[in-house]
Amino acid sequence: MRVTFRVNGRRQEADDVWEGESLLYVLRERLGLPGSKNACEQGECGSCTVRLDGVPVCACLVAAGQVEGRDVVTVEGLADYAKERAAGGGCATHPGSCGTAGTSLDAARRWEARPTDSATGEGAQLAPIQQAFIDAGAVQCGFCTPGLLVAADEMLERNPNPSDADIREALSGNLCRCTGYEKILDAVRLAAARQSEGA
Amino acid sequence: MGTTGTPTNLTQGSRTSGGIGESTLRPDGTLKVTGDFAYSSDMWHEDMLWGHILRSPVAHAEIVSIDTSEALAQPGVYAVMTYDDLPTDVRNYGLEIQDTPVLANGRVRHHGEPVAIVAADHPETARRAAAKIRVEYRELPVVTDEASATAPDAPVLHPGRADHHAPHVPHPNIVHRQPILRGDVAEARRRADVIVEGEYVFGMQDQAFLGPESGLAVPAEDGGVDLYIATQWLHADLRQIAPVLGLPEDKVRMTLAGVGGAFGGREDLSMQIHACLLALRTGKPVKIVYNRFESFFGHVHRHPARLYYEHGATRDGKLTHLKARIVLDGGAYASSSPAVVGNAASLGAGPYVVDNVDIEAVALYTNNPPCGAMRGFGAVQACFAYEAQMDKLAAKLGMDPVEFRQLNAMEQGSLMPTGQVVDSPAPVAELLRRVKAMPMPPERQWVTTEGADVRQLPGGLSNTTHGEGVVRGVGYAVGIKNVGFSEGFDDYSTARVRMEVVGGEPVATVHTAMAEVGQGGVTVHAQIARTELGVTQVTIQPADTQVGSAGSTSASRQTYVTGGAVKNACELVREKVLEIGRRKFGSSHPAWATAELLLEGGKVVTDGGEALADLADVLEGEAVEVEEVWRHRPTEPFDLRTGQGFGHVQYSFAAHRAVVEVDTELGLVKVIELACAQDVGKALNPLSVVGQIQGGTTQGLGMAVMEEIVVDPKTAKVRNPSFTDYLIPTILDTPTIPVDVLELADEHAPYGLRGVGEAPTLSSTPAVLAAIRAATGLALDRTPVRPEHLTGTA
Amino acid sequence: MDFLRPARWEEALAAKAEHLTAVPIAGGTDVMVEINFDHRRPEYLLDLNRIGELGEWEVGEDTVRLGASVPYTRIMEHLRAELPGLALASHTVASPQIRNRGGVGGNLGTASPAGDAHPALLAAGAEVEVESVRGSRRIPIDEFYTGVKRNALAPDELIRAIHIKKADGPQQYSKVGTRNAMVIAVCAFGLALHPETRTIRTGIGSAAPTPIRAQAAEEFLNAALDEGGFWDNGKIITPSVAKQFADLCAAACNPIDDVRGTASYRRHAVGVMARRTLTWTWESYRGTEPTAFRKGSAA
Repeated sequence: MRVTFRVNGRRQEADDVWEGESLLYVLRERLGLPGSKNACEQGECGSCTVRLDGVPVCACLVAAGQVEGRDVVTVEGLADYAKERAAGGGCATHPGSCGTAGTSLDAARRWEARPTDSATGEGAQLAPIQQAFIDAGAVQCGFCTPGLLVAADEMLERNPNPSDADIREALSGNLCRCTGYEKILDAVRLAAARQSEGA
Repeated sequence: MGTTGTPTNLTQGSRTSGGIGESTLRPDGTLKVTGDFAYSSDMWHEDMLWGHILRSPVAHAEIVSIDTSEALAQPGVYAVMTYDDLPTDVRNYGLEIQDTPVLANGRVRHHGEPVAIVAADHPETARRAAAKIRVEYRELPVVTDEASATAPDAPVLHPGRADHHAPHVPHPNIVHRQPILRGDVAEARRRADVIVEGEYVFGMQDQAFLGPESGLAVPAEDGGVDLYIATQWLHADLRQIAPVLGLPEDKVRMTLAGVGGAFGGREDLSMQIHACLLALRTGKPVKIVYNRFESFFGHVHRHPARLYYEHGATRDGKLTHLKARIVLDGGAYASSSPAVVGNAASLGAGPYVVDNVDIEAVALYTNNPPCGAMRGFGAVQACFAYEAQMDKLAAKLGMDPVEFRQLNAMEQGSLMPTGQVVDSPAPVAELLRRVKAMPMPPERQWVTTEGADVRQLPGGLSNTTHGEGVVRGVGYAVGIKNVGFSEGFDDYSTARVRMEVVGGEPVATVHTAMAEVGQGGVTVHAQIARTELGVTQVTIQPADTQVGSAGSTSASRQTYVTGGAVKNACELVREKVLEIGRRKFGSSHPAWATAELLLEGGKVVTDGGEALADLADVLEGEAVEVEEVWRHRPTEPFDLRTGQGFGHVQYSFAAHRAVVEVDTELGLVKVIELACAQDVGKALNPLSVVGQIQGGTTQGLGMAVMEEIVVDPKTAKVRNPSFTDYLIPTILDTPTIPVDVLELADEHAPYGLRGVGEAPTLSSTPAVLAAIRAATGLALDRTPVRPEHLTGTA
Repeated sequence: MDFLRPARWEEALAAKAEHLTAVPIAGGTDVMVEINFDHRRPEYLLDLNRIGELGEWEVGEDTVRLGASVPYTRIMEHLRAELPGLALASHTVASPQIRNRGGVGGNLGTASPAGDAHPALLAAGAEVEVESVRGSRRIPIDEFYTGVKRNALAPDELIRAIHIKKADGPQQYSKVGTRNAMVIAVCAFGLALHPETRTIRTGIGSAAPTPIRAQAAEEFLNAALDEGGFWDNGKIITPSVAKQFADLCAAACNPIDDVRGTASYRRHAVGVMARRTLTWTWESYRGTEPTAFRKGSAA
């Protein structure tokens, strides 16, 4: 079957999709967006977390056909998404989407990811949460990182001043095997602090 | 033609300019947070096929027949291969003993053993085709423990063994046996005022790295193959892969793709040979990606163990003797079982002075899943047992458990049970003191003005208690781990360092085959190059087999050994740079001939700080490159009868204090805090060091309360191969982990550093268990401890 | 495999009638796991995501009509007052990502004894609104579960909504798992006090082939509360009464040993949860116990 949807603000079309394929497979193997990770494919690890119409979901558990006509944001589009959000007033991109689950469809449609072809990522513009993960040492092997970034970014959108318990609850669907989570907590605290300073 | 996602150089510029000792940031950090870092499962090639492996549904069987005809006839299927299709006579592989069939040869010895491989145009096509391969199995009785494996009529799993352990083992289903004998245990036993015994059970732990086994094999025009792979040791893979393919090693070009964690689980081969075989057979690139279910069958696990311990002590708290027997289940194939045995035996007494020792460690061949390397490697199982013993002894003597440990703690100059003198700092008592001195976390943190915050309670979001039945407990543990490869293994690494001027600026390029698996070796290599060569800009080239071996990213060894190799190569480069400088500018200043010269801040400077020349000028028109092997001091094998010998090059120590709260009625545990103190010799990158300690600590926590691969003892089949039923800690299970880093230099090691990665995994588990025992008053002689063990409902 | 994408409910019913083997998929949190792990290859996937009404709810006088696909996150956020037991249960479901996709209809469709919603539905009292091209009917929740992963749906029927009684008293929900988040139930327990009818109802998950009520325990406690005049005098429930209730709840279980826990532990834990949830709800009824602090959803 053919599936047409928007990813990181761009219209994408995938052909010859097997009906049993997941959104994750389509992103990774058909659209050249392998940033969302395939760690468990059973919804237990959060490594494939993307935003589907603004809502964080496990891409491995969304059937490809279910995203027809819908909007997806992946880690590859996170920096631009955050930039757009900041330009929209530091909260969410659309009235009514702040404090609920994510960003509205219209809001998501207003922006596009810029192409990036830097071999090393040097000079790449990062979302605050991405920079905080690097600065706090929250990245080791990095396989859990994309999903954590999408989940943490969305939490900070809803809850700009989270307690540690809030952070732990919001990220309880994202497994990390390397860090023991301490540096991840540091990173989210750091991003929250920078966000409130900047606000 | 192109391969998408192939690794690229990692260049770090002026933003992070630090040398060793600074918490510089990862050069691959930006790629990893943007999703652009190419892991082995992200590789893509036009026209590529998908490989799939058909695995045995039973643990032990004779294969009566295999019929692949129907599978081959499926549209979209390009190849189906079985044992009979292997191209050469080399059809087994293995890290030390080549006992593992590439594809089953008439017999399967464990659940999930590879039987056939398929290449097709879509993963689903490959799966459906594999389901059409007809395999007739005749099931054989399984051996699953020491009694069944060594029974007189036990089926011998590997008849006709010719490996070098075969002559000294008491039964062919024992992979290796290592005794450690020292002093006179019988005499010491008579002197003991108290004796404690215990039989301990350690479950099978999985590395559970998040990036499943995967890779891409691309056939080359010269008849060779290019393999992009996540592994811990490229050259060990190469040594095992090439003969099976019938290719010379230089025609199997391996490049390290992004590695999604390892923890020992990538030391053995998984899909490497299978992907290459299919690529060479079909002439097309072949990608294989395990899913999580398959990953549980795709790599070795940590050896489960039974440990029988007897310790004695005098009334005033001095250890008299230790008698121990450690039985490790190696499963169906040897993997690194012999080395795990050596570790368990030689480190079986822990970081304590005990003069009279009788330890025996063995690893079994059984029909259980193969076991091999995992973080802590044999020392973990022993630590669980000896630390439980220390608490029992302290209790029996009426002593404080920390003081009792300190009283018997080894120190620099102490003798190991192997007779080896510990010849660098061994601050065991100090680490315990530090961890005990840390402030205690506040009590009853779940109490809020609005009621109980269940997230702070055992059971968490599941809302099982609002404080009822909750009891706090505190426990301590300390452990000892060897660093680097031991027992006479020729442990070396290779580094190629190049220095040249690019764009008017001096740049260093470091090329090694070190597998960056997340630990931060690439960060440290750049720091070393900056420190030694005085440059800001360092490029780390992708790890591949175009440079000499770096050894494995395991045994806490890479910063020591490959770090040492990079340092050594940098020093050689520096000498050459100075030679060029003397040639070009020597006449301009007498210090070129007389002073001790350094490279700093892009200049050649004297030890007095006077700048003699810009490196850019010295290297103008000239590049310097050195590739050199570097070794740590040699070790020697343990005597097969007595276990005596200078077996380990370095030791690493960590201590933990665990604070837990247990819902004693429901048997649910919340770890409130896991404080750690560790001696790291020298923290080359303090941020990474703390990250390693916290990560290792958390894996130990998982082993204490939730992680276990459950194998049915009747069928030897794995019962929980998924992340639904093999649980690893979430962020809500993981406590704050305060870390106290001690830096007492080891004069034998580069910069005085000590390997960091494994020690925290040892003591974390027994500390949590001790805390649970303190909270519940239960004996708890197995790990992981489950709710039924805490509620008398097992 | 075919992928059917009805835009309206009637089209979904027609598709299901035409393809009886079609597997409905909404949140995908059960179905996709089975597909990814090659445990299932349905002939047809029937996507319900486009049918907007399935994600909506209406709060009526006595009941809440909950669309089959309302995500657990929404239940936690918006229906805590009306459906406190189900809101608590929703909060224990897997992870935020799963709670954003999964809904009660999926739990009912799968009918796993470990489904988190079941004990809350049993305790609150509910009816499942199912429909086919042949017509609509409501199945009482007590008659819905017919076996291990089996339910009372006919092959052509789809779950449209769940009608759940609005809480008329305190409700609680507890679940034991061997991890502090993102865990499948080893066993679970739901309890609802119904002061209007002066009854209590229970629900037990993962401790029998199907989700069950502890009916003997309910009858015992209803009688004990009635005889002691507890509903009126608001006295503390006697420990011996609480203990017998707990024991009867444990006795109602018919659990198995499996990789997640022993039968013996499940029975024990259900008893403990029964006693604790009874204390929490009763203290709340008496007006002394602050409602358990449940911080706002982070889902």
